[in-house]
Amino acid sequence: MVTIGHQSTDAGRTAAPEIPEQPGVDPRLHRFATVKDSFGDDRQWHYLDNIDLLAERGVTPRGTILAVHGNPTYSFLFRTLFRDDIDWRVIAVDQLEMGYSERTKRIRGLQDRITDLSLFTDSLGLRGPIVTVGHDWGGIISIGWALDNKHDVVGMILTNTAIYQGLGESLPKALQIASAPSIIRTMTSGTDAFLRGTINLSKPPLPSEVKAAYLAPYRGSKRRAGIEQFVADIPADAMHPSRATLERLAEGLKDMKVPSLFLWGPRDVVFSDRFLRDLFERVPHAQVHRFENASHLVWDDADVAGTIAEWLQDVYGDQKPGDTAVPSLERGPKAVSTFADQPPHVPLGSRITELAEDPATADLSAVVEMNGGPDGGRRTITWRRLEERIADLSAGMLAHGIRRGSRVSVLVEPGADLTAVLYSCLRIGAVAVVADAGLGVKGLTRAVVGSHPDFIIGIDRALIGAKVLGWPGQKISVQTLPTVDRAVLGVTTSMAELMNEGSQMRALAADTRAEDLDPDEDALILFTSGSTGPAKGAAYTHRQASAMFSAVGETLQLRPERGLVAGFAPFALLGPSLGAPSVVPDMDVTRPGELTAAALADAVDALGSPAVFTAPAALKNIIDTAGELTTEQREALARVPSFFSAGAPIPAPLLRQLRTLMPNAQSFSPYGMTECLAVAAIDLDGIEEAGSGNGVCVGRPVPRVEIAIAPVDELGRAADHAVTTAGVTGEILVRAAHVRDRYLMLWRTTREAMRIEGYHATGDIGHLDDQGRLWVEGRLAHVIPTAEGVRTPVVIEQAVESVEGVRRAGVCGVGPAGTQQIIAVVEMEEDHRPGRPAQPKPAPHELEDSIRRTVRERTGAEVTAVFTTTTLPTDIRHNSKIDRTRLAAWAEVALSGKKAKL
Amino acid sequence: MKVLVTGASGMLGGYVARALRDAGHEVSAFQRRPAGIDGVADITGSLTEEADVRRAVAGQDAVVHLAAKVSISGPEEEYRKINIEGTRHIVEAMKAQGGGKLVNISSPSVAHFGQSIVGLGTTAPEPERASSPYARTKAAAELVAMAADGEDGMLVTSIRPHVVWGPGDTQLVERIGGRAKQGRMPLLDEGNALIDTIYVTNAADAIVAALNRIDEVHGESFVVTNGEPRTVRDIIGGFAAAVGAERPTLRIPSSVARIAGRIIERLWEIRPGYDEPPMTEFFAEQLSTAHWFDQRRTRERLQWTPKVSIDEGFEILRRYYSTRSR
Repeated sequence: MVTIGHQSTDAGRTAAPEIPEQPGVDPRLHRFATVKDSFGDDRQWHYLDNIDLLAERGVTPRGTILAVHGNPTYSFLFRTLFRDDIDWRVIAVDQLEMGYSERTKRIRGLQDRITDLSLFTDSLGLRGPIVTVGHDWGGIISIGWALDNKHDVVGMILTNTAIYQGLGESLPKALQIASAPSIIRTMTSGTDAFLRGTINLSKPPLPSEVKAAYLAPYRGSKRRAGIEQFVADIPADAMHPSRATLERLAEGLKDMKVPSLFLWGPRDVVFSDRFLRDLFERVPHAQVHRFENASHLVWDDADVAGTIAEWLQDVYGDQKPGDTAVPSLERGPKAVSTFADQPPHVPLGSRITELAEDPATADLSAVVEMNGGPDGGRRTITWRRLEERIADLSAGMLAHGIRRGSRVSVLVEPGADLTAVLYSCLRIGAVAVVADAGLGVKGLTRAVVGSHPDFIIGIDRALIGAKVLGWPGQKISVQTLPTVDRAVLGVTTSMAELMNEGSQMRALAADTRAEDLDPDEDALILFTSGSTGPAKGAAYTHRQASAMFSAVGETLQLRPERGLVAGFAPFALLGPSLGAPSVVPDMDVTRPGELTAAALADAVDALGSPAVFTAPAALKNIIDTAGELTTEQREALARVPSFFSAGAPIPAPLLRQLRTLMPNAQSFSPYGMTECLAVAAIDLDGIEEAGSGNGVCVGRPVPRVEIAIAPVDELGRAADHAVTTAGVTGEILVRAAHVRDRYLMLWRTTREAMRIEGYHATGDIGHLDDQGRLWVEGRLAHVIPTAEGVRTPVVIEQAVESVEGVRRAGVCGVGPAGTQQIIAVVEMEEDHRPGRPAQPKPAPHELEDSIRRTVRERTGAEVTAVFTTTTLPTDIRHNSKIDRTRLAAWAEVALSGKKAKL
Repeated sequence: MKVLVTGASGMLGGYVARALRDAGHEVSAFQRRPAGIDGVADITGSLTEEADVRRAVAGQDAVVHLAAKVSISGPEEEYRKINIEGTRHIVEAMKAQGGGKLVNISSPSVAHFGQSIVGLGTTAPEPERASSPYARTKAAAELVAMAADGEDGMLVTSIRPHVVWGPGDTQLVERIGGRAKQGRMPLLDEGNALIDTIYVTNAADAIVAALNRIDEVHGESFVVTNGEPRTVRDIIGGFAAAVGAERPTLRIPSSVARIAGRIIERLWEIRPGYDEPPMTEFFAEQLSTAHWFDQRRTRERLQWTPKVSIDEGFEILRRYYSTRSR
């Protein structure tokens, strides 16, 4: 134990408490001050203050950050804010009764605490520019302080807090329990259960010395009285004494026109996502980042301080120290699409209306589901009917309260219903959140919960999931459900009912037209596959979404009159926007890899000679099941004019095999991503012309797309500038009118992806060749920086796969960047079996040797070790991308000699 | 240049003496019995005798100091006498005659404290934390040698070769090979741990390079390896194959690792007086944890790269043993 800190301002009545050494806290930060509180008594405060340390470094602070903790933490929570890249004075205060500040035996309500804090900051002579930081109930107090000191406040940062609860029932379960009078004392001050409960929410668990530091000032029930008071001060009902203050703050917050940043740990049993949504509605200009796996103690679980450092730099970087001007509320970097060549804006869905209104086309098929009818038979919807359904559903949705800007999570399988829901949303300006069932339950839950839907429209299975997993939002079923099921699932209405209502309203000539939409408002949120990291919601405006549909159509040279077969779910949505009929084959749309040749042929036959879309994982199955085709089915496939597979590049040998089934089809292998569906494309001839090289040749950019490269350095880090020089390997950058606007509630991720103005940084790595073709070499995260230079995985995997008997390979690096070793894990033709990934085993020496030699000859890279497995780990969605991140995590442990599980 | 090589009767010492000789230096070898290397003068004597050392060092421009006590038995005091005091004798003798260049051969074990090493650079020796009498005394010896750098006309560098092997290596190659022929060479778990090794001529080249570059690199220590870590299984398999044995497949799970440790202890028994690092606990540890290093600084500072790759080394071994067995 050491006594540290200065006795400042005056010689307080109380001796400064001894503060044990705290991990990550420079002892010189500790301060004490004695200040009159809201009851007029002198009270000793403890706080952290870096003013002397800044002076030592010769830094003139830009302004002051005032950080206010909640319950049951203290200033220690904010220790990471003291860092060299934050050139602000940081004051993190322990509230009275908390941390190492005085225990006064007074009961302090919300307003008292706000006043106490103002008295404290007055005593320090604190003046603007000030950015407030608040966490938990400290968030509310910091807002109160900010409203009282508005002229000094230039910014506001809130983390896991809440400004308003509806009434009692909305009080989170965990707090209802903790605040029930009968147990409050036991939970909060009698024992340290509340305290320990809070610090144990973190995953992975906090280091023991950090836990100890959180617990240290709260030893003994007397020192915990403040924790109890705080819990008792939660205004759970309208009669509570702090209620009026809270309501005043909740309203006042709406007038805080300063740059704001909300950082959130969604794994919080108390301050859940709904409070974030509530805050965001009050401060719509706020920038938001949700740290997917972080808990209530988001400051410990995620890089909150680093994010704040970047945000401060972005928002205040151009201001002089002491400048109290409030910076612009402009949110984030300018959308990539605004830098691109724009196609004419066609409101999405307008083609449907046109075709329905033209008698020549009104009765032609718009959507055909091969297994959508009763008894699994065919179901056909004409343009006229599709338009009616959309008009009815739109009217019904409006009547049900789904409006412009409402978020609607759409969990409907591709087909006529999904098409109707999606185009209805687009028509009325509701934002459709589309998350693929291929994300898996975990990914889907994260996607749905993380998008804060107001409504969920789902098939029964999705609604059961929503119920079980506690997804937010009003539930709407596709089919009308029996009353009992409705009650159980919490379903308020159904698509069928909405259509009925809408139809009646339209018959009564009620005004069901939607407002005029701004093309720059959000239209769609598409969740990425998660094969390349945690699921991210890519938000598209109407303009960007419209550009996306036309770009895909153009890339595929789609001829609307021929239509398309959507063997891969998302493409079922494409047809209507382009005015092309679409057919969904007889298949389980959640398992696109199981599409058979016969089902595909029947779908083709339903339209005549449509373009065909499939998932890459389906290709092998189509070839494998080609033997079952009848003569008619073979003839149908032979009529296919173009063939396209989305999700991953198709190897040339596979394309050649497919050509035997679809001899007249031009087969495109595309390159794109959820953030920009069409980037480049190549056909079989193009692939053969390109030959072999470093990576996979994905062709030239499609119309109105520009590609550039951010070169990587010897440690595998991508630069912050763009080049178009041939042969330079780096992160692939994309510019197009159809690039997504931003990621949903991922400010930092968006910033990183848009760090080079006017480009979307894809996270893929590759190079342009002297013919202007793009070669994809892998993912930036999978680059292997060896001592002999940076290696990229794809070319090495191709070399490994060229060795006889090897079916598929994944390579990764082990060791520190700059001196990594290359490890290869292979599936062999003879013992491959599909399913769960299996533990890798050391490869036989002859195989290892031959792979080593082949890779050396073909790429110059040295493979350190080779393993075999019956099943490589792949992503869930496409079952085609090898999960190198997972391989690398396994290899790092296994190759260090420890037991590792893949 | 007149160069004294201590410990030239060991495998690496012999290669170093010949490499220096071939580079045109006037080379003498200092050890208890004559090393018998063509073109290399023998000076016999003991490291523990100050007078012997003074006599050997007299008139030398440079010393390459490889001799060390590596036996597994004996009290720590004996290691101290040879490894620490012996090194001190060399340093004092050099200082007494106005200094010179000293390339001190050390061991990566001086900075190894039991954990796995994954791509680390060269770190400081810590005698208190090193795990065996050998490692502790070598760590102290390196500190003694490096402390002399810059004093009394001395230029000192330390080279730490990691697991040296090559033709004629009775320690590693022949013991593993012999054991494998009997089908009694085990692998711990699957033998997946990555370890660095160095082919003997590469190590000798690195030492010669250190002497050539000592004006630039004095005061620095360097771990030297082939820069090609391989799995334990691969290295042991390579040795076994070179002597014409089957690659070992016998796996001992780490649950019985303690027993394995004892087997290895017996396996790696060292003949007293043999001037190579002890291969008991040291190698046992290597069989289960990763030990590989970042060689970028070593290569850049010494302006040296290994000429013989691991696979080429295995091939040389194979030829060497196939002609010998005929």
